[in-house]
Amino acid sequence: MENFTPISALLGGALIGISVSLLLLFNGRMAGISGIMNGVFSAPKKEEVWRTLFLVGLIIGAALFQFLTQDSLSAREGYPLWLIIIGGFLVGFGTRLGSGCTSGHGICGIANFSIRSIGATLTFMASGMLTVFILKHLVGVV
Amino acid sequence: MKMNLVALLAGVIFGLGLALSQMIDPNKVLNFLDISGDWDPSLAFVMMGALVVTMVTFRFILKRPSPIFESSFHVSKQTVINKPLIIGAAVFGVGWGMTGYCPGPAVASLGLFSKEGVLMVVAIYAGFFAERYFVKK
Repeated sequence: MENFTPISALLGGALIGISVSLLLLFNGRMAGISGIMNGVFSAPKKEEVWRTLFLVGLIIGAALFQFLTQDSLSAREGYPLWLIIIGGFLVGFGTRLGSGCTSGHGICGIANFSIRSIGATLTFMASGMLTVFILKHLVGVV
Repeated sequence: MKMNLVALLAGVIFGLGLALSQMIDPNKVLNFLDISGDWDPSLAFVMMGALVVTMVTFRFILKRPSPIFESSFHVSKQTVINKPLIIGAAVFGVGWGMTGYCPGPAVASLGLFSKEGVLMVVAIYAGFFAERYFVKK
Protein backbone atom coordinates (compact mmCIF):
# COMPACT_ATOMS: atom_id res chain seq x y z
CA MET A 1 0.00 0.00 0.00
CA GLU A 2 1.35 3.33 -1.10
CA ASN A 3 0.97 6.50 0.99
CA PHE A 4 -2.06 5.28 2.95
CA THR A 5 -3.57 8.29 4.82
CA PRO A 6 -6.69 7.09 6.65
CA ILE A 7 -6.94 9.87 9.27
CA SER A 8 -6.82 12.88 6.94
CA ALA A 9 -9.10 10.96 4.56
CA LEU A 10 -11.70 10.40 7.29
CA LEU A 11 -11.51 14.02 8.51
CA GLY A 12 -11.66 15.43 4.97
CA GLY A 13 -14.60 13.14 4.27
CA ALA A 14 -16.35 14.39 7.41
CA LEU A 15 -15.94 18.01 6.19
CA ILE A 16 -17.55 16.98 2.90
CA GLY A 17 -20.38 15.36 4.88
CA ILE A 18 -20.88 18.58 6.89
CA SER A 19 -20.94 20.63 3.67
CA VAL A 20 -23.65 18.53 1.98
CA SER A 21 -25.64 18.49 5.25
CA LEU A 22 -25.61 22.33 5.41
CA LEU A 23 -26.77 22.61 1.81
CA LEU A 24 -29.63 20.18 2.44
CA LEU A 25 -30.66 21.64 5.82
CA PHE A 26 -30.71 25.30 4.77
CA ASN A 27 -31.30 25.24 1.01
CA GLY A 28 -32.99 21.87 0.53
CA ARG A 29 -30.47 20.84 -2.14
CA MET A 30 -28.42 17.72 -2.64
CA ALA A 31 -24.79 18.72 -3.24
CA GLY A 32 -24.20 16.75 -6.41
CA ILE A 33 -21.32 18.60 -8.02
CA SER A 34 -22.02 17.52 -11.60
CA GLY A 35 -25.62 18.72 -11.29
CA ILE A 36 -24.50 22.01 -9.74
CA MET A 37 -21.93 22.54 -12.53
CA ASN A 38 -24.46 21.75 -15.23
CA GLY A 39 -27.04 24.09 -13.68
CA VAL A 40 -24.69 27.07 -13.84
CA PHE A 41 -25.54 27.43 -17.54
CA SER A 42 -28.93 25.77 -17.76
CA ALA A 43 -30.98 26.56 -14.66
CA PRO A 44 -33.25 29.63 -14.22
CA LYS A 45 -31.31 32.82 -13.34
CA LYS A 46 -32.10 32.71 -9.62
CA GLU A 47 -30.80 29.15 -9.51
CA GLU A 48 -27.57 30.00 -11.29
CA VAL A 49 -26.29 32.34 -8.58
CA TRP A 50 -26.07 29.88 -5.68
CA ARG A 51 -24.61 27.22 -7.98
CA THR A 52 -21.89 29.57 -9.16
CA LEU A 53 -21.15 30.62 -5.56
CA PHE A 54 -20.87 26.98 -4.46
CA LEU A 55 -18.31 26.31 -7.20
CA VAL A 56 -16.41 29.50 -6.33
CA GLY A 57 -16.43 28.24 -2.73
CA LEU A 58 -14.85 24.95 -3.84
CA ILE A 59 -12.00 26.85 -5.46
CA ILE A 60 -11.59 29.15 -2.43
CA GLY A 61 -11.59 26.14 -0.08
CA ALA A 62 -8.77 24.45 -1.97
CA ALA A 63 -6.79 27.71 -2.21
CA LEU A 64 -7.37 28.40 1.50
CA PHE A 65 -6.02 24.95 2.40
CA GLN A 66 -2.94 25.63 0.27
CA PHE A 67 -2.44 28.94 2.06
CA LEU A 68 -2.94 27.50 5.58
CA THR A 69 -0.61 24.54 4.95
CA GLN A 70 2.00 26.61 3.06
CA ASP A 71 1.52 24.92 -0.30
CA SER A 72 1.46 21.30 0.86
CA LEU A 73 -0.35 20.29 -2.34
CA SER A 74 0.92 20.67 -5.86
CA ALA A 75 -0.94 20.59 -9.17
CA ARG A 76 -0.07 17.61 -11.38
CA GLU A 77 2.15 18.40 -14.36
CA GLY A 78 3.06 16.40 -17.43
CA TYR A 79 0.06 14.07 -17.52
CA PRO A 80 -1.03 13.20 -21.10
CA LEU A 81 -3.43 15.97 -22.12
CA TRP A 82 -5.30 13.79 -24.62
CA LEU A 83 -6.39 11.63 -21.68
CA ILE A 84 -7.67 14.75 -19.87
CA ILE A 85 -9.59 15.97 -22.93
CA ILE A 86 -11.25 12.64 -23.75
CA GLY A 87 -11.65 11.59 -20.10
CA GLY A 88 -13.09 14.98 -19.12
CA PHE A 89 -15.62 14.74 -21.93
CA LEU A 90 -16.66 11.26 -20.74
CA VAL A 91 -16.99 12.51 -17.14
CA GLY A 92 -19.32 15.28 -18.33
CA PHE A 93 -21.35 13.07 -20.66
CA GLY A 94 -21.58 10.15 -18.23
CA THR A 95 -22.55 12.17 -15.16
CA ARG A 96 -25.43 13.83 -17.06
CA LEU A 97 -26.68 10.58 -18.59
CA GLY A 98 -26.31 8.82 -15.22
CA SER A 99 -27.77 11.75 -13.22
CA GLY A 100 -24.86 12.19 -10.84
CA CYS A 101 -21.24 11.70 -9.83
CA THR A 102 -19.18 10.73 -6.79
CA SER A 103 -20.86 13.32 -4.57
CA GLY A 104 -24.47 13.12 -5.78
CA HIS A 105 -24.69 9.34 -5.94
CA GLY A 106 -21.76 8.24 -3.76
CA ILE A 107 -22.42 10.50 -0.75
CA CYS A 108 -25.88 12.13 -0.94
CA GLY A 109 -27.72 9.29 -2.68
CA ILE A 110 -26.31 6.49 -0.55
CA ALA A 111 -27.05 8.48 2.64
CA ASN A 112 -30.61 8.74 1.36
CA PHE A 113 -30.62 4.92 0.83
CA SER A 114 -31.33 5.38 -2.89
CA ILE A 115 -31.09 2.06 -4.72
CA ARG A 116 -30.28 3.98 -7.93
CA SER A 117 -27.32 5.71 -6.27
CA ILE A 118 -25.98 2.45 -4.86
CA GLY A 119 -26.19 0.89 -8.34
CA ALA A 120 -24.53 3.92 -9.97
CA THR A 121 -21.72 4.06 -7.37
CA LEU A 122 -20.87 0.36 -7.75
CA THR A 123 -20.88 0.83 -11.54
CA PHE A 124 -18.56 3.83 -11.74
CA MET A 125 -16.18 2.36 -9.15
CA ALA A 126 -15.96 -0.85 -11.18
CA SER A 127 -15.53 0.87 -14.56
CA GLY A 128 -12.98 3.29 -13.05
CA MET A 129 -10.92 0.41 -11.67
CA LEU A 130 -11.14 -1.51 -14.94
CA THR A 131 -10.06 1.59 -16.90
CA VAL A 132 -7.00 2.13 -14.68
CA PHE A 133 -6.13 -1.56 -14.97
CA ILE A 134 -6.24 -1.38 -18.77
CA LEU A 135 -4.41 1.96 -19.10
CA LYS A 136 -1.71 1.21 -16.51
CA HIS A 137 -1.12 -2.52 -16.66
CA LEU A 138 -2.19 -3.60 -20.15
CA VAL A 139 -1.49 -0.57 -22.35
CA GLY A 140 1.00 1.21 -20.07
CA VAL A 141 0.19 4.82 -21.08
CA VAL A 142 0.12 6.18 -17.52
CA MET B 1 -29.23 36.18 -0.33
CA LYS B 2 -29.09 33.87 2.70
CA MET B 3 -29.24 30.83 0.42
CA ASN B 4 -26.34 32.20 -1.60
CA LEU B 5 -24.20 32.65 1.51
CA VAL B 6 -24.92 29.07 2.62
CA ALA B 7 -23.97 27.82 -0.85
CA LEU B 8 -20.68 29.73 -0.74
CA LEU B 9 -19.88 28.49 2.78
CA ALA B 10 -20.81 24.89 1.88
CA GLY B 11 -18.56 25.15 -1.18
CA VAL B 12 -15.61 26.38 0.91
CA ILE B 13 -16.04 23.54 3.43
CA PHE B 14 -16.36 21.00 0.59
CA GLY B 15 -13.18 22.37 -1.02
CA LEU B 16 -11.30 22.18 2.30
CA GLY B 17 -12.47 18.57 2.66
CA LEU B 18 -11.29 17.63 -0.82
CA ALA B 19 -7.89 19.20 -0.12
CA LEU B 20 -7.43 17.75 3.39
CA SER B 21 -8.42 14.26 2.20
CA GLN B 22 -6.14 14.68 -0.87
CA MET B 23 -9.01 13.64 -3.10
CA ILE B 24 -8.04 16.78 -5.00
CA ASP B 25 -4.85 14.95 -6.08
CA PRO B 26 -5.67 13.00 -9.27
CA ASN B 27 -2.70 10.67 -8.80
CA LYS B 28 -4.01 9.72 -5.35
CA VAL B 29 -7.37 8.92 -6.96
CA LEU B 30 -5.69 6.80 -9.63
CA ASN B 31 -3.80 4.89 -6.89
CA PHE B 32 -7.15 4.19 -5.24
CA LEU B 33 -8.60 2.87 -8.50
CA ASP B 34 -5.47 0.79 -9.14
CA ILE B 35 -6.44 -2.29 -7.12
CA SER B 36 -3.99 -4.59 -8.89
CA GLY B 37 -1.03 -2.25 -8.33
CA ASP B 38 0.14 -0.43 -5.17
CA TRP B 39 -3.41 0.01 -3.93
CA ASP B 40 -4.05 3.10 -1.75
CA PRO B 41 -7.43 2.57 -0.02
CA SER B 42 -7.47 6.11 1.49
CA LEU B 43 -10.32 7.37 -0.68
CA ALA B 44 -12.65 4.68 0.63
CA PHE B 45 -12.10 6.40 4.00
CA VAL B 46 -13.11 9.76 2.50
CA MET B 47 -16.42 8.26 1.48
CA MET B 48 -16.79 6.57 4.88
CA GLY B 49 -16.04 9.84 6.71
CA ALA B 50 -18.66 11.65 4.64
CA LEU B 51 -21.26 8.89 5.02
CA VAL B 52 -20.81 8.67 8.80
CA VAL B 53 -21.93 12.30 8.92
CA THR B 54 -24.65 12.25 6.25
CA MET B 55 -26.22 8.95 7.33
CA VAL B 56 -27.01 10.64 10.66
CA THR B 57 -27.76 14.22 9.57
CA PHE B 58 -29.96 13.28 6.58
CA ARG B 59 -32.28 11.31 8.88
CA PHE B 60 -32.96 14.40 10.99
CA ILE B 61 -32.96 16.92 8.14
CA LEU B 62 -35.38 15.03 5.91
CA LYS B 63 -37.81 14.57 8.82
CA ARG B 64 -38.35 18.33 8.84
CA PRO B 65 -41.37 19.64 6.92
CA SER B 66 -39.07 21.91 4.88
CA PRO B 67 -35.49 23.25 4.68
CA ILE B 68 -34.71 26.43 6.66
CA PHE B 69 -34.45 28.89 3.73
CA GLU B 70 -36.59 27.09 1.14
CA SER B 71 -40.19 25.94 0.88
CA SER B 72 -39.38 22.32 0.02
CA PHE B 73 -36.61 19.75 -0.40
CA HIS B 74 -35.29 19.12 -3.91
CA VAL B 75 -34.66 15.40 -3.71
CA SER B 76 -34.87 12.91 -6.60
CA LYS B 77 -37.93 10.69 -6.37
CA GLN B 78 -36.76 8.26 -9.03
CA THR B 79 -36.42 4.73 -7.71
CA VAL B 80 -35.81 2.59 -10.81
CA ILE B 81 -32.37 1.44 -11.95
CA ASN B 82 -32.53 1.93 -15.71
CA LYS B 83 -30.22 1.83 -18.70
CA PRO B 84 -29.25 5.55 -18.81
CA LEU B 85 -28.25 5.39 -15.13
CA ILE B 86 -25.96 2.39 -15.54
CA ILE B 87 -24.53 3.35 -18.94
CA GLY B 88 -23.96 6.91 -17.72
CA ALA B 89 -22.26 5.74 -14.53
CA ALA B 90 -20.07 3.32 -16.52
CA VAL B 91 -19.04 6.08 -18.96
CA PHE B 92 -18.31 8.44 -16.06
CA GLY B 93 -16.13 5.75 -14.45
CA VAL B 94 -14.08 5.39 -17.65
CA GLY B 95 -13.44 9.15 -17.69
CA TRP B 96 -12.63 9.12 -13.96
CA GLY B 97 -10.11 6.30 -14.49
CA MET B 98 -8.53 8.08 -17.49
CA THR B 99 -7.99 11.34 -15.60
CA GLY B 100 -8.20 10.82 -11.82
CA TYR B 101 -10.75 13.66 -11.65
CA CYS B 102 -14.42 13.53 -10.81
CA PRO B 103 -16.30 16.87 -11.08
CA GLY B 104 -15.67 18.23 -7.54
CA PRO B 105 -11.88 17.84 -7.50
CA ALA B 106 -11.71 19.11 -11.10
CA VAL B 107 -13.28 22.43 -10.04
CA ALA B 108 -11.37 22.58 -6.73
CA SER B 109 -8.04 22.01 -8.54
CA LEU B 110 -8.45 25.47 -10.06
CA GLY B 111 -7.68 26.74 -6.54
CA LEU B 112 -4.25 25.08 -6.88
CA PHE B 113 -3.76 26.83 -10.26
CA SER B 114 -3.80 23.48 -12.02
CA LYS B 115 -3.43 23.93 -15.80
CA GLU B 116 -4.82 20.51 -16.63
CA GLY B 117 -7.68 21.28 -14.21
CA VAL B 118 -8.79 24.12 -16.50
CA LEU B 119 -8.77 21.75 -19.47
CA MET B 120 -10.62 19.13 -17.42
CA VAL B 121 -13.41 21.56 -16.46
CA VAL B 122 -13.81 22.73 -20.09
CA ALA B 123 -13.94 19.10 -21.28
CA ILE B 124 -16.56 18.25 -18.65
CA TYR B 125 -18.77 21.09 -19.90
CA ALA B 126 -18.30 19.87 -23.49
CA GLY B 127 -19.59 16.48 -22.28
CA PHE B 128 -22.59 18.14 -20.58
CA PHE B 129 -23.54 19.99 -23.78
CA ALA B 130 -23.01 16.91 -25.96
CA GLU B 131 -25.28 14.84 -23.72
CA ARG B 132 -27.96 17.53 -23.84
CA TYR B 133 -27.93 17.66 -27.65
CA PHE B 134 -27.46 14.00 -28.52
CA VAL B 135 -29.49 12.17 -25.90
CA LYS B 136 -33.25 12.42 -26.37
CA LYS B 137 -35.03 12.85 -23.07
